[in-house]
Amino acid sequence: MSAGLSTQVWALARRSTLKTLRQPFQMFPVIFFPAMLLAVNASGLKAATLLPGFPTHSYISFAIAVAFIQGGMFSLINTGTNLAADIESGFFNRLSLTPMRRASLLAGILLGVAALGAIQSAAYILIGAAFGARIATGAGGVIVLIALGSLAATGFGAIGCFAALRTGSGEAVQGLFPLFFVFIFLSSSNLPRNLLKTGWFHTVATWNPISYLIEGFRSIYILGWDATALWRAFAVAAGLLLVGLALAASGMRTRLQRT
Amino acid sequence: MSSEHSHSSMYAVARAILWRGLHTYTRRPDLFIPSLVFPLVFFASFAGGLSALGDVPGFKFPSGYTAFQFVFVMLQASMFSGLFTGFTIAFDFESGFARRLMLAAGNRRGIVLGYAFVALSRAAITLTVVTGVALIAGMQIGGGGIDLFGLYGLAALLVLIGYGWAAGVAFRFRSIQAGPLMQTPVFLILFLAPVYVPLGLLKGWIHTVASVNPATAFLGAGRGLISGVHAHTLLAFACAAALILIFTVWSLAGLRAAERAA
Repeated sequence: MSAGLSTQVWALARRSTLKTLRQPFQMFPVIFFPAMLLAVNASGLKAATLLPGFPTHSYISFAIAVAFIQGGMFSLINTGTNLAADIESGFFNRLSLTPMRRASLLAGILLGVAALGAIQSAAYILIGAAFGARIATGAGGVIVLIALGSLAATGFGAIGCFAALRTGSGEAVQGLFPLFFVFIFLSSSNLPRNLLKTGWFHTVATWNPISYLIEGFRSIYILGWDATALWRAFAVAAGLLLVGLALAASGMRTRLQRT
Repeated sequence: MSSEHSHSSMYAVARAILWRGLHTYTRRPDLFIPSLVFPLVFFASFAGGLSALGDVPGFKFPSGYTAFQFVFVMLQASMFSGLFTGFTIAFDFESGFARRLMLAAGNRRGIVLGYAFVALSRAAITLTVVTGVALIAGMQIGGGGIDLFGLYGLAALLVLIGYGWAAGVAFRFRSIQAGPLMQTPVFLILFLAPVYVPLGLLKGWIHTVASVNPATAFLGAGRGLISGVHAHTLLAFACAAALILIFTVWSLAGLRAAERAA
């Protein structure tokens, strides 16, 4: 990376990170909602551990994985909303008049998202530990959880960039949140796939890539080092990032042509 | 103004708001699609994805897990129909429509009543669709006609509870930004009840909280009515009536606050 490019990326990454960290309305749901849903679901669904075939006696260790995915979805919303605000306020237009390269803008934003993804993953690990979730792999798993959480958040963030560039509206980006939540609901988020007894639901959860992302996080907590679960989860997160980047790059081209 | 004229003015305002509310609702997919999709996704996710919980030792519900979850989704959709109407009030204030309405309305209590009719009519549409999907999915109903009348009557009362709370917030804040304040408490109260398994299978703090949560009585009564094995029915209707009374006062006081602000 040339010195100019790295300076541009660093400046935009720093701005992207600080912009989110300085807004309590963006940071509060990232921590509060996953923690609240974890507390409610882990207590309400504890009886599921009595089912034959359930992989652990601790539902909290099973359920904590969902918090990382919810965090990723908040990355999508926060990233998209911030970029849309830049478009709405005219900052993006002014930026596009500078000699800055298009790649720097996306890379800068997403580097900031990756940093925030790592911070929020660390927060979920601490919340899980406070609720009693134990990591089966030991300390090494913490690094993998943070890396996977950061990669997944960046992938979701790239999709948020695409939504913002495409619509130019923070309201439209916010409207995507429920849509992505459906992917969590129709996955193996609450029960392992072997216990999804309803045929169509089992099929949907098996085809839903979010199931594999959740199972990757979950394997660290309840199974130990499971290479298959981990490579699938990293593949889904990386795939999300690649698709998001391709879409965001196309959205950027269209947006700059309009500008 | 005579009492009779005041009442007729109130109903005229309420009717006009009902017509406008339904007209807007049915012509804007961004309003009615989420209100239909959310309950259906919850129903699919809970009744479909968690059906194995029906095999947990100690789980006994005569109509099966689909009916068990249908009642939760139905009651949640009812309360959220009320909440979404609160969003509509807040949006009407942001757009300036509600202020013009307050100037034009002969009896402003008709505004509160009219939006309540909007909430009930939206809930009727949502519950018809959710019930249809549940029946197609093979839901078993053990209760008789009177039980089902009671179940849908309870749902109507929950629409009014959700609406009363959200309307009070909307009249006070007059901004869609108060949306989380409307939703979060209702969401928490609903999910701190026996959503996935009966109360007897909840352990620890959630059992303690659920035992004193009025939503537990609503769910227990609803599940009793759909299965024909009644439980907490009178308690649930009494709680609902008391909450409606409280939230009617709350929403009317909110209307006064909006009048003062205007």
